[in-house]
Parts: sequence; C-alpha cells; structure tokens
Amino acid sequence: MADSMFQQAIDFINREADLLDHKAYADWLGLWERDGTYVVPVDIHATDFANTLNFAYDDHAMREMRVARLKNGESVSSEAQEGTVRSLSRFCLLDEDEASIRLRCAMFLSEVRLAKPLLYPANVEYRLTKTAEGLRLHTKVVRLINAGHHLNTVAFIF
Amino acid sequence: MTQLIDIENVTADPGRLVEEGRVDKSLYSDPAIFAQELERIFNSTWVWVAHESEVAEAGAYKTAFVGRQPVIVSRDRKKNIHVLLNRCRHRGATVCEGKRGKTRAFTCPYHGWGYSLDGELRAIPKPEEYEGVIDKQELPLERLRHDSYQGMIFATFNEEAEPLEAFLGGAKKWIDLFMKQSGGYPLQVLGDHRFRFPGNWKIQLENTTDAYHFPIVHKSFISSLDDQTSEVFDFLDGEGFVEDLGNGHSVMVMIPELVDLEANLDDPIPERFAELAEALRAEGHDEAEVRRLVRAVGGTGFNLNLFPNVACSMAFFRVLTPISVDETEIHHVAIGGAGAPAPFNQTRMRLHEHFQGPMGFGTPDDAEGWERVQKGSLAGPDGWILVNRGLKRMAPSADGNPAGAVCSETGMRAAYQMWKRLMSDEAGE
Repeated sequence: MADSMFQQAIDFINREADLLDHKAYADWLGLWERDGTYVVPVDIHATDFANTLNFAYDDHAMREMRVARLKNGESVSSEAQEGTVRSLSRFCLLDEDEASIRLRCAMFLSEVRLAKPLLYPANVEYRLTKTAEGLRLHTKVVRLINAGHHLNTVAFIF
Repeated sequence: MTQLIDIENVTADPGRLVEEGRVDKSLYSDPAIFAQELERIFNSTWVWVAHESEVAEAGAYKTAFVGRQPVIVSRDRKKNIHVLLNRCRHRGATVCEGKRGKTRAFTCPYHGWGYSLDGELRAIPKPEEYEGVIDKQELPLERLRHDSYQGMIFATFNEEAEPLEAFLGGAKKWIDLFMKQSGGYPLQVLGDHRFRFPGNWKIQLENTTDAYHFPIVHKSFISSLDDQTSEVFDFLDGEGFVEDLGNGHSVMVMIPELVDLEANLDDPIPERFAELAEALRAEGHDEAEVRRLVRAVGGTGFNLNLFPNVACSMAFFRVLTPISVDETEIHHVAIGGAGAPAPFNQTRMRLHEHFQGPMGFGTPDDAEGWERVQKGSLAGPDGWILVNRGLKRMAPSADGNPAGAVCSETGMRAAYQMWKRLMSDEAGE
C-alpha cells in the first residue's frame, strides 16, 4: 500500500533536514518552489512576515545568495562552521487540500561552536505543494523558542 | 626582557595601557579592568537606553541596561519619559521582564508591591504591618538622570556629568544628518536583532569605524550585491574619512555622496531600488516623494560611533551591552519611518536582514573576527593591539577636528583616548 500523503510529507521533510545537515545546499535549493519563502522570524508569533523584521526572510534570490555565501569560501564564519545535527519529531498535520499539505514539527538542532555543542529548539512549519514530480517546498517557517532573546551568530541554514 | 604588566597596579595607571597608537591587549581580558570600566565608564557617563519611538505612547515601556544594571524606560500617562532602576525597593526583585510593551503599572511578582509608570510606589499588599515603619513616598523605583537628543534617549548615574548636548558635542551634526533617513516621516524603530559574541565590548566598539576590514571580512556580502551596489561599497580608496569628534565619538564617512540624504534628489535612481520606486509610484506617490524615499531607504553613507555604547551605523542603531570581560551582547536596531509607505519600510527591513543580525550576510563574519581577537589576545604574557593606522597622515577636517583616511584607525584612537580619560584616577575621584 502506498504511503499516506502525511507520511510522504514527513519523509520529504526528513530528507530536507538530512540535506541541510550534510551541507548539500544545491540539492536543498532544488526542493523549493521558485515562489517559495523561507522565514526565521524574530517574533515567534509573527504571521505578517513582509511587514515584520525577521532573522531571515528569503525569496528564491536570497536563498541562492545565502547558499552561495555558505559555499564559496569567502565567508570566514561559514568556513569555520563545523556542522549541524538536527532531529525532527512530533509531526502534526495542520491541513491538507488538493494542492498542498501543511505540517508542523519540533526541531532540535545542535551545532558545535568553540568546542561546545549549542542547542536550537524550534517549532517548524512547512507548506508543501503537490506536483506531478512529487512534493515541493513552498513555505518553511522556523520559530526558534529563544528568538526573542539573543542568539549566537548562525553560519548554517535552520 | 619585556616587562610584565603589574596587574596590581594596572587599574591605578591606565596611562600605561593606552598609548597614542596602541593599547595593551589586557584591555580585552583583565576582569579587574572590566570591573573598573563598569564603574568609571558605564556608571559615570551618558549611556544610550532607547529611541523615543520605542516608548511612543503613554503606558509604553522598554527594558534596557546601563552597563550591567537593568533599567526600565517608560512613558507615563502625561507622556513624560522616565528611566527607572529595575529593582523593587522591598527585596530587590526586578519588576519588569518584558522586552517592550504597554502596561498600567509595574508590579513586583514576589510580594506584589506596585509602582506607577513614573516609578512612584502606589500599592503595598497588607500595608498595616508597615505603619510607622516606611513611607511609600520615600520608596519609588530609583530614577536615573536622562535626556534626549533627536529622539535618542541617554541616561546616566552621574548627577555631575556634563549636559547631554555638551557630551555629544561634535557628534550632534552627524546625528542630525543620520535622522534624515526616515524619508520625511518620524524615525521609528522597526525591531531588532540580538546576538552575543564571546569577546570584550571594545572589540565591537572599534569595529564600527573600521573600514579596513570591510573588503576582507565582508567579501561574501559584496559578492551578493549587484555590480552597481558593490561599486558603492568599494570605498577604501575613495574620498571618505574618519573624524575624531571629541569625547570618544567619531564618524567614518564611507560614501561621501550619501552624507546628506536630502541633497541630490535628482540623481538617477539606483538599479537596486528601481523596484521600490515602481512600487511607490503604483501606490500613487508623486515623483518628489518617490525620490525622497528612494534616496533615504539605504541609509546614510557614514557610521557615527558614540562612546561608549551606541552607533548610528548607516541604516540602523548598533547598541552594545557588556556582559562580562569576555562576552558582549549586541542589538542591531532596524529603523524606518512612522507612517511611511509600506514598501519603504519593507525595503529597509529586507536590507537590514541581508547584512545585519545573527543570520545576516555580514554580522556572522564580523563576530568570527571578533572571537579570534579575543582568543588571540590571550597569547603571550605581553602584547599590544595596534590602532596606529594613518597616524602620520592626519589633517584637520572641515570642522577643524583631527581626521584621517577612511581606512585609518582614527575612530579607535578617539575612543581609547576617552577611555583613558575616564579610567584615570582624576576621573574616578
């Protein structure tokens, strides 16, 4: 029996996480719809991202530039970044229609900084579109639980 | 043999640690020096705490720090601004933990003492046990002396400090120019990015007037710009300059043609703002308004560093808070125009997100450099940090102040001379 759409979406999101942890950024860009949006809000309750200050609010062009910066060897912080490990769980189906499916999950992401592991817990929301070629990433909103306080600088993609 | 620094006497003689063109590396890592800085600098001079737009309405508040001391900036029902120590007069708990917001009163969560927005103690649960013991009028939240210039609110613990405008002195002209970037609307804080780095506060202070690092550290940012914009940011060999404005303040002009944002309104609209211009025209704004907003949207062509804790940096306020000798919190405060067209403020926020903050294309690389300075400064028993770039090529500015090339270390020297003045025994007495 074919997996349910919900299970397919979970598989898609886990694959996206694996690509990011392994810095396979070109493949990650390939998961996106061109008109998709990647957001890391400062205010974890924000919904009007265009009219709010975010940590990241990336359209296709900004995503491409962000990836170029992480890969092209010109950014000292990106070069120093040793890697991330993220774990996704507590998947929850928010809604689904013919065109798309929306999910939310918990993310625990750890990176090593100055020889110490740092933890970034977040609620992450996804909207995936259903296409003839399979699911595509349309919206990803990373709500870090400590976004309202100070962060360390980030040289990876949540 | 090189003489080791006598730690016991270090704090008694800051003159030995700060010379004209170099400072001792212990300034980044010695806890005794840090403790003395809190007292003689942060507790003694004017420290920026807020912009008035952050407490625009009656009942609004914002929490902040003067050095390491928590304060509340509030606006009372009569719209007067107050800067209050965030400490209940009973047993010392903070009475407000929100970043910013609106309230009718500050109520201590421990025993319920309630204070009004001007700090007056209004309510004490079960007051009868205090009969003949305390008088409410004598126990308000402690108030700090404060004053504003162009909406920038500064506070000080020092009743003897010179008036704010005298302290700002030569920097006032540049603050006036900086405020033109809200495009004819009242300047408004739009939000902030907060991050910490494991390094001393002065490393960040130095950075604001350090053009020398820009093409090296921010190569990846420059690569992400269109050709026309990256040319604008190629300012190291240009006509820019760094000017010592007195009292530790300095200005670094990187892009002279963007010093006055109300001038040259007929210049061609830069490629990167063509979309904004179209969006504004589509909203029905006339061409004069479109040009004024487009000219203002990218911010000024200079960084103004105000000793000790705030900078008016191109298009945002850069605020530092010392956490410990080797940790500093930084806020990059985004600004726009209150009531300005949405595309204008949206563009300003997108520009802010592009470079600033923990996920910007600039800040993480700055922080990496600063961390390296803190780590490297621990190497060796003795050593100097050089801030002597351009020392022998100084010339008076148009305003008669000492000035050097845009990539000189004039601004750092200005800050360290103020540091030395405040840290000397005379200032501490």
